[in-house]
Amino acid sequence: MDIVWIDFADPAFLNPLVLTLKVAGLATIGSLIIGVAAAYVLARWKFPGRDFLDAVCTLPMVMPPTVLGYYLLVFIGRRGVIGQWLQQTFGITLMFTWQGAVIAATVVAFPLVFKSARAALEGVGKQYENAARTLGLGEFALFLRVSLPLAIRGVISGGMLAFARAMGEFGATLMVAGNLPGRTQTLSLAVYSAVQAGNDGLANTLVLIISIVCVIILMATSKLLQPRF
Amino acid sequence: MQFDLNITKKLRSGGDEFLLRSQFSTTDRALVLFGPSGSGKTLTLRAIAGMLKPDKGYIRFNGETLFDSEAGVNVPTRSRHVGYVFQDYALFPHQTVRENIGFGLKPLFGRLSRGHREYVEELIQVFGLSAVATQKPAALSGGQQQRTALARALATSPKLLLLDEPFSALDQPLRIRMREELSRSLTSFNIPLIMVTHDSDEVESFAESIVVYRNGKVEDVHSAREVAASGASLKDILRRQVEQAYG
Repeated sequence: MDIVWIDFADPAFLNPLVLTLKVAGLATIGSLIIGVAAAYVLARWKFPGRDFLDAVCTLPMVMPPTVLGYYLLVFIGRRGVIGQWLQQTFGITLMFTWQGAVIAATVVAFPLVFKSARAALEGVGKQYENAARTLGLGEFALFLRVSLPLAIRGVISGGMLAFARAMGEFGATLMVAGNLPGRTQTLSLAVYSAVQAGNDGLANTLVLIISIVCVIILMATSKLLQPRF
Repeated sequence: MQFDLNITKKLRSGGDEFLLRSQFSTTDRALVLFGPSGSGKTLTLRAIAGMLKPDKGYIRFNGETLFDSEAGVNVPTRSRHVGYVFQDYALFPHQTVRENIGFGLKPLFGRLSRGHREYVEELIQVFGLSAVATQKPAALSGGQQQRTALARALATSPKLLLLDEPFSALDQPLRIRMREELSRSLTSFNIPLIMVTHDSDEVESFAESIVVYRNGKVEDVHSAREVAASGASLKDILRRQVEQAYG
């Protein structure tokens, strides 16, 4: 196997890298917001349909990305419910855009934040929340000042896993955003294209970079989850 | 203070059912709920703070209804203005002693007001916590943790102070010292209190009236003054009650 180091200023390498960082970064922010909100609702309240909502939030972790991509096409595609509304109201189309890739990556990655944040929030001692209530705090202030700070390591480690997952997203992104070099081609799509085109040097470099980033993230995550206090 | 309570609550844990029937009225300023563990005294305290919702009944304090099942009143904990010292203190582990004490005074965004900041410093002084004000709770001794918990509860100027076995986490010599200390600072803050304990020494140090619990029910109510006037020893009465409970 020959690792041919390619020119790092080469657009064939640089474009997917920049796009991937942009897509994965925004998808991580989206995942944190949706994942923590869902985790808070499920950890905090008991209501009918709670188990169903939990299953729905976990589903993207176990479903084939192509199936998720198909669902996204149904909803945000040109003839989808949300897609049509966006098109008519704002003139926005998400299909075959990098914004569409962000949505695909968010849906695939947010269960990682959700799972990790829920476990962390449920691990926050009830007595701290009760103590904050006796000190006059409402539920929202209590969440921001007690629950979230005490669960923050779980939330951050979930966010890091979500970033890694979003960076490696392939199936759903391909279905929603396609594989347009320079526009929607992320690193993992670029690997596929490079292999298809027989460009082993580029493929090897891209694979190496993705692997290194993922290993760093996993090591940092396990460090974060070590107990404290 | 005028305090009236009459509540029932059915609790299930595993296959066991526990029925709490709690009722007492008092005008004394220092009330001790006394009884063996599992007798319902802490549940009653939690209900007073609003952390446990009774099935039926009412809780009234100085003319204010905190809970009334018939009228549909259930004032949320944050609006009951009670200070609560937890058995394990429940100090926020991510905050320093100073931040813990100022916790209830700080707005969600922004800093403590000047007046509040001065009051927090005063409490740190009064409770002898100056040396550890910048430490996190994990670095404190048991006595320092208890003082921090008490200062935190008093900082928001509650109308009623609730103490759940405040000395049980301390070893015996420290317990005696802290008992005297707490008794002194409560006198100087002059705030009505309800304390839960299973230690008859603590009853003697704090109680004006004593509510004795057994198996989820109020067994007896004593007034410390009346017991003293009758020439009997409160400790003996309580010892007999404990023997009955375990016998």
